[in-house]
Amino acid sequence: MIELTRRATFSASHFYWNEQWTAEKNAQVFGRCANRNGHGHNYTIEVTVVGEPDPVTGFVVDLKWLKDVMEREVVEVMDHRHLNLEVPEFACMIPTTENIAIVAWRRLAPVLSRVGAAKLSRVRIYETPEIFAEYRGEA
Amino acid sequence: MRAYFGRRYMLSASHRLHSDVLSPEENRRAYGKCNNPFGHGHNYLLEVLVRGEVLPETGMVVDMVSLDKVIRSLVLNRFDHANLNTDALFVNQVPTTENLCRAVFNLLVNAVPSGRLETVRIEETENNFFECANPTEA
Repeated sequence: MIELTRRATFSASHFYWNEQWTAEKNAQVFGRCANRNGHGHNYTIEVTVVGEPDPVTGFVVDLKWLKDVMEREVVEVMDHRHLNLEVPEFACMIPTTENIAIVAWRRLAPVLSRVGAAKLSRVRIYETPEIFAEYRGEA
Repeated sequence: MRAYFGRRYMLSASHRLHSDVLSPEENRRAYGKCNNPFGHGHNYLLEVLVRGEVLPETGMVVDMVSLDKVIRSLVLNRFDHANLNTDALFVNQVPTTENLCRAVFNLLVNAVPSGRLETVRIEETENNFFECANPTEA
């Protein structure tokens, strides 16, 4: 099996807030990330697909096709958006790096599962070069 | 739902690769320039990966501020701007990045604020890095 990873970038704003909590508790747990006016990051997404290279093309998946899928399913949805206000999943889910990885997985998995034998292995989101989260489809 | 949180830190330290059980000639052959008696240094990049459940109320696997505190007190304060050879951990082992990686893993494995330490990765330079992973559970 070969793993293939494609990277893309997007820029978005967000804030962390739990509606069930008081303002004080939100500030205490989330610190500066709880500022309701939001703040932003340049995110990098890495999508890893695993499979056997096709005997004819030598590809696990066509990289251009994967690029287009990532663009349509994730980048177009999140790039230059306010994640809390404009990405429907985050109406009831805090847009942490972990949850962005989970949402990206859920958007990508149905499309990628339709392609031959290759399957989605992991989605990694870098919020900054020093902070990242990864989802591998585990329950 | 299980996910992974990763954090990268930089630490600068010096070391000398030298084994007391090898002759001076054998040390030079094994370690080359790294055997220089005066030592040399690196900007190490430490990457810590924590596995855990994403808590619905925070959306997080681990609180980053708490994780940073643990890493700072157990690893960065100990090794940053230090000579690794002088650390108690390297009295009986050569401070290669393999050994540093395992030492850092052992310092952190029972200390992460939540979740489970999955991997410690140390990049010695842009061109070489080492990983120590938690054995998969039975």
